[in-house]
Amino acid sequence: MSRLEPLLIDQSVPGRRAARFDRCPVSQPLDQLVPSKFIRKIKPRLPEVTEFQVVRHFTRLSQLNYSIDTNFYPLGSCTMKYNPKVNEAMANLPGMKNIHPLAPESMTQGVLELLYNLEQWLVKMTGFDAFTLQPAAGAHGELTGILIAEAYHRAKGNKKSTVLIPDSAHGTNPASAAFASYNVIQVKSLKDGQLDLNDFRSKLTDEVALLMMTLPNTLGIFEEQIETIIREAHAKGALVYLDGANFNALAGVLKPGDLGFDICHINLHKTFSTPHGGGGPGAGPVGVKGALEPFLPVPRITREGNIFHLRESKHHYPQSIGQMRSFFGSTGILIRAYAYMLALGEDGLKEMSRRAILNANFIRVRLSKLLKPPADEPCMHEAVFSGLPILKNGTKTLDVAKRLLDYGFYAPTIYFPLIVPECLMIEPTETETPETLEDFCQTMEKIAAEIEKDPEMVKHAPYTTPVRRLDEVQAAREPILKWPSQNEQFDATNEKVPFKTSLKK
Amino acid sequence: MYRANSEKDEEKLLKSIGVSSFEDLTRRLPKNHLNPGLGLPKSVSELEFSRVIESLARKNGDPLSFLGAGAYDHFISAVVPAIQSRGEFATAYTPYQAEASQGTLQSIFEFQSMVAEIYGMDVANASLYDGATALAEAVIVAVRQTGKKVALLPDALHPHYRRTLETYFAATHGVQLVTLGCPKGIIEEHDLDSKVKNYQGKIAALVIQSPNFFGCLEDGEKLTRIAHAAGAISIVSANPLALGLLTPPGEYGADIAVGDGQPLGIPLSFGGPYVGLFGCKKELMRKMPGRLCGKTLDADGKTGYVLTLQAREQHIRREKANSNICSNQNLMALGFTLQTSCLGPEGLKELAELNLQLAHYAAGQIAKIPGFKLSFPNPFFNEFVVETPAPAESFHQKVLNMGILAGFPLKNYFPALDHHLLINVTEKKSVEDIDRLVSVLRSVK
Amino acid sequence: MSNLEQYRFAKTHEWISPDGTVGISDHAQREMTDVVFVELPKMGLEVKIGEACAVVESVKAAFDIYAPVSGKITKVNHAVSKKPALLNQSPYENGWIFVMEKANPAEEMALMSHSDYEKFIEDETNGH
Repeated sequence: MSRLEPLLIDQSVPGRRAARFDRCPVSQPLDQLVPSKFIRKIKPRLPEVTEFQVVRHFTRLSQLNYSIDTNFYPLGSCTMKYNPKVNEAMANLPGMKNIHPLAPESMTQGVLELLYNLEQWLVKMTGFDAFTLQPAAGAHGELTGILIAEAYHRAKGNKKSTVLIPDSAHGTNPASAAFASYNVIQVKSLKDGQLDLNDFRSKLTDEVALLMMTLPNTLGIFEEQIETIIREAHAKGALVYLDGANFNALAGVLKPGDLGFDICHINLHKTFSTPHGGGGPGAGPVGVKGALEPFLPVPRITREGNIFHLRESKHHYPQSIGQMRSFFGSTGILIRAYAYMLALGEDGLKEMSRRAILNANFIRVRLSKLLKPPADEPCMHEAVFSGLPILKNGTKTLDVAKRLLDYGFYAPTIYFPLIVPECLMIEPTETETPETLEDFCQTMEKIAAEIEKDPEMVKHAPYTTPVRRLDEVQAAREPILKWPSQNEQFDATNEKVPFKTSLKK
Repeated sequence: MYRANSEKDEEKLLKSIGVSSFEDLTRRLPKNHLNPGLGLPKSVSELEFSRVIESLARKNGDPLSFLGAGAYDHFISAVVPAIQSRGEFATAYTPYQAEASQGTLQSIFEFQSMVAEIYGMDVANASLYDGATALAEAVIVAVRQTGKKVALLPDALHPHYRRTLETYFAATHGVQLVTLGCPKGIIEEHDLDSKVKNYQGKIAALVIQSPNFFGCLEDGEKLTRIAHAAGAISIVSANPLALGLLTPPGEYGADIAVGDGQPLGIPLSFGGPYVGLFGCKKELMRKMPGRLCGKTLDADGKTGYVLTLQAREQHIRREKANSNICSNQNLMALGFTLQTSCLGPEGLKELAELNLQLAHYAAGQIAKIPGFKLSFPNPFFNEFVVETPAPAESFHQKVLNMGILAGFPLKNYFPALDHHLLINVTEKKSVEDIDRLVSVLRSVK
Repeated sequence: MSNLEQYRFAKTHEWISPDGTVGISDHAQREMTDVVFVELPKMGLEVKIGEACAVVESVKAAFDIYAPVSGKITKVNHAVSKKPALLNQSPYENGWIFVMEKANPAEEMALMSHSDYEKFIEDETNGH
């Protein structure tokens, strides 16, 4: 069985080590400090390697990745824009990186001021009245928002049991609502992705606690009837939530608070350039209108003159839903986003969304003869297509996505939203040059031609990536989720078996 | 500015799109709200804004710190930021297209392996947000698995973890959180037995934290036995660094192990981003929240790694998902993996022992100061509670004025403990640092 | 050899045989693609018609299996736990999921015959 880069454990040789420590100058016999029942009996099977082995191993692994720094990522709804390096430097300033979250206020005035300012920037950009910076991700923000809505209704004595979510919504929306014990009712969309108003009205009962919307919607189209929808929801005592995943299209263009939204979350790792990190960490601050402010999570930062306070007790915020996680939030990410906001300023934010919308429409028009957009309308920051017009001879959108990898492009978002068959969702962002966009479109045309001439080849792409298509069925049927433990077979490379066997069960 | 096109480019783009002005593209938007003034400052240069943030950084203090309470100042190898900051890792996307993400995927597989090994569990996931949300997710698994609704939590559980559970379960009908008193610093068996009897047949989970918020070690083996006898799932929240030396939950049959990976490779950074750890027995594998990476073969028979068991996740299962979680804290998980790789099993053990020895030296020296005593008689790892002769908050302030952060005054979270300080000592403190703390404590009135 | 003519089919793609055996249709297994895991119902579970009582997982998605009629689960097929591929290979025979004691014979009449079910899925695929 051949491998690209062996597991670090398979390069392990007993006795090797990277980090060493000086001898402890104050040493008492272990059994006098801690009874032996508390001491570990079985050694964990961790790599024993030199520092250089660690560096070479992970550097080589990094070279197996596509990344924004190396490849164009046309992923719809992910906003894969350039991650400025200065943001890293800011978050890594020792004066920021080494601050303990429970340090006394006199020691943390700098970071409290930064975070307070960040909240004010978000307020001004979005038209909401207050923000919590605590949620660790967009989905975490959604859960936070839903719990705020639930607490609000409970405080008012409203009998609410359902949440309305469009069928075009991201999967985290219904998952979050269900978690808070709401019944999720799906609202249909029309072919162009706009909400089906008739269906919406038929489902808008007095039981509805919350309507969750994405704006622009997940097809990149602006919901024209949004103000009407919000007004009607409010008339039935329902709150309206904005999933801010697509805020890159709205920043400086519209303030969602002005449209009547009550709660929102913003994805800092999308619109505000914090790095995706291969799957996190992100941050999903949640904004609310005044009536919901008492329910925001703690701790919160307040300002008295030039002094900043971190307030967490229920005495200050008796109606707060509490904490959504330990400590304040993902401050390292928040600092990066703040640096980005300072860099852009108001004019930069407006330019950001403007260029994002231009680039997406360029793609929409350029590819509209090849693929099929769901509507003949301008899109906002992302363009959605059905792949059906080019999929012949049994090929699927998945095959197109895999073939794009061979040309050095990461694939667009595929099969989402669910309402567009064989869907491709392309969000170029404002940081890609016209040359890159043209190159991408030409590659799509090339692949369409390949499907005509040699569909079997496309069906088995990719060919030039470090691995070919992987057997996901086997991975799910018999999951192997870790390297072998001590009481299992070792590879032939490990000749010695230095550890004790048999894990106590 | 980071946009990639100039005014000239804009003209060309508009022409390609076939509209005469940008406003043609936004005609669907409500005109009365369009293009609002935001009241925000103008853009500035990198030189300018980095100066602003640097000056804010300088406003933060840098005392000699003995503060832990769930976030710890540990040695981080230079290898960690060097690799983490590589663009191929930092700016990669979630590894849904596995062929283009083998670097990320293999490092997740190695992370999962290390977490499982450290905790002594069969499997571990690709990480959750932090230790508190990992604990919340574990309780959810226990409730769903057993069909029961009561979770027993020690009073000595980290207050933020407790609050997170309270928030998570406020809206989940019927889940009841019951507190076990810890007047002597750990779960009192007498209280546990009576609560188990009271809630006979209704207990989904017993939550054990070791070391707990007071730094004390719990007898996980005994408590797990009691949990299992009551038909409940045993959930243990543990500091992974401590487990270099101390007994891991898997060794005594705990069902789920959770914690925060921050002590291994992750800076304090005012509370985050950190990384939640989650490991469990094989039987609960398909009930695990969050991402999982599995080993498989590609079309040419090469070993490869892929996200697996995704059918349970939000993007497929939607409202029936195990959880709503969409991300793992991947780059922090990588930090954990890098640090653990640099330590190895021997290094991790040595580091844990160094913490233990330094903390016990400090505890011993402080206990000798007239008017001071150790609050709890239990074994501890690198954190302990001392009773002060005067109210701890004022003591703490006076010591801070001399440039030392003497741990955490417990009154903030435990109002009755107003003469108590939670003191943490890690390998970052020298014996001289500890001696200085002791002499300052001795001298302050 | 199974006698499909004697099987009754639900709109949610489950079939039930005269002796109370329940599985999923060939159409369903093809739509799901490779089955990776089956969560069998609890033995002795009492279910109402249309109630979700088992889960079949493929790489694509996890699908609820709904009780085609009301009754009590009396037997489960451990073979599909060990080898989920049986649902794809033999959906009408070896890939059976559970057996139930039917509580109300009238309910079965409301289900479709095999030929009606074939027509139903044809309409579903084309019409819409």
